Amino acid sequence: MHALVVDDSRAMRSILTRILGEAGFDTVSQAGDGQEALDLLAASSGLPDIALVDWNMPVMDGLTFVSECRSNPEYRRMTLMMVTTESEQGQIVRALAAGAHEYVIKPFTADAIVDKLEILGITATQV
Amino acid sequence: MSISATDFNFVRDLALTKAAIVLEPGKEYLVESRLTPIARQIGVQDASALVQRLRRGGEAQLQAQVVDALTTNETSWFRDRHPFDALGKFMIPELVEARRATRTISIWSAACSSGQEPYSIAMTLLDVPALAGWNIRITATDLSAEMLARAREGHFSQLEINRGLPATHLVRHFERAGTGWRVNEQLRRMVTFEPHNLLNAPPLGGPFDIVFIRNVLIYFSPATKSEVLAKVRRALRPDGFVVLGGAETSLGIDDQLVRTEIARSSVYRLKR
Repeated sequence: MHALVVDDSRAMRSILTRILGEAGFDTVSQAGDGQEALDLLAASSGLPDIALVDWNMPVMDGLTFVSECRSNPEYRRMTLMMVTTESEQGQIVRALAAGAHEYVIKPFTADAIVDKLEILGITATQV
Repeated sequence: MSISATDFNFVRDLALTKAAIVLEPGKEYLVESRLTPIARQIGVQDASALVQRLRRGGEAQLQAQVVDALTTNETSWFRDRHPFDALGKFMIPELVEARRATRTISIWSAACSSGQEPYSIAMTLLDVPALAGWNIRITATDLSAEMLARAREGHFSQLEINRGLPATHLVRHFERAGTGWRVNEQLRRMVTFEPHNLLNAPPLGGPFDIVFIRNVLIYFSPATKSEVLAKVRRALRPDGFVVLGGAETSLGIDDQLVRTEIARSSVYRLKR
């Protein structure tokens, strides 16, 4: 199983990488903003099973990244989950409408991420 | 080695004062099984060593972690998922047929804690188009008045909301309230909260078509389990369903309740 973490905070990237690793993901790629993530996707052969995406990031924000992914048929199979401090109802609706499958509001516990992976039917082999 | 009575009492008081969780005597194994992973994580020998550290005080974070471990999973939405799949896909469709004449369904969520289970039941029912216009009654009970007050208020912190509630349900059934969220009026109106002791006569609102009584029997002795299940049976309609926790069974406790395998969950019906 392969995950992609898109967040401009290095600390947040490493927290999520650790949680995903413990949840059984073999590979966790990281990108610091939406554009970097798109470049990474374009350069790599395999598609991640899921991308965990922050909203507010420099260069390209998470909502734009989600929309870009949804407009590219090649990325259709990739599940998208927002992980962000943005917590207004309208923002969650916007993200879902743009094509995000799930939404986690920061701060979160490791269990919350694992619960959402279950909801999405993404269960990696437990280590 | 099992933890000592003194250590158990310390943890029991902690669970009671911090989370209103009642740990009956005899639940030492539960405390030990929940505390041992934390003990390993912080590098002490075992659960007893962890309790010793808590006793010294001044470790608020560790204390919170222990309380969380004792109560964890008791607060997630759609907990274990399968029972809710079974509810929406099997139990409700069968009852929609069987209750055509009255168009009424009564559900009891026993030991509902802070309300995630009855509200999850309500959300599941709202997703069944065939129930539009039906009279749905969900009676949710708990021993703790404090828990019931919280559940009735329907206010949940962001951390609680993150636990297993799909984002689509969040935006449909909740409203932002301060730093947390509150269930909306439609959902709240579907659930009636009542104080209730499982050893007393069943609550008002019965007889019930479905009883959710999950992860509570584990806290009782075998004799008490029998007594509780007998009372549940008497509150159940003849063609009703009883949903137990994933690790619970009526086997050897109540031979009138027979397991029926539905959607990988512990669903029981009356022996015919």
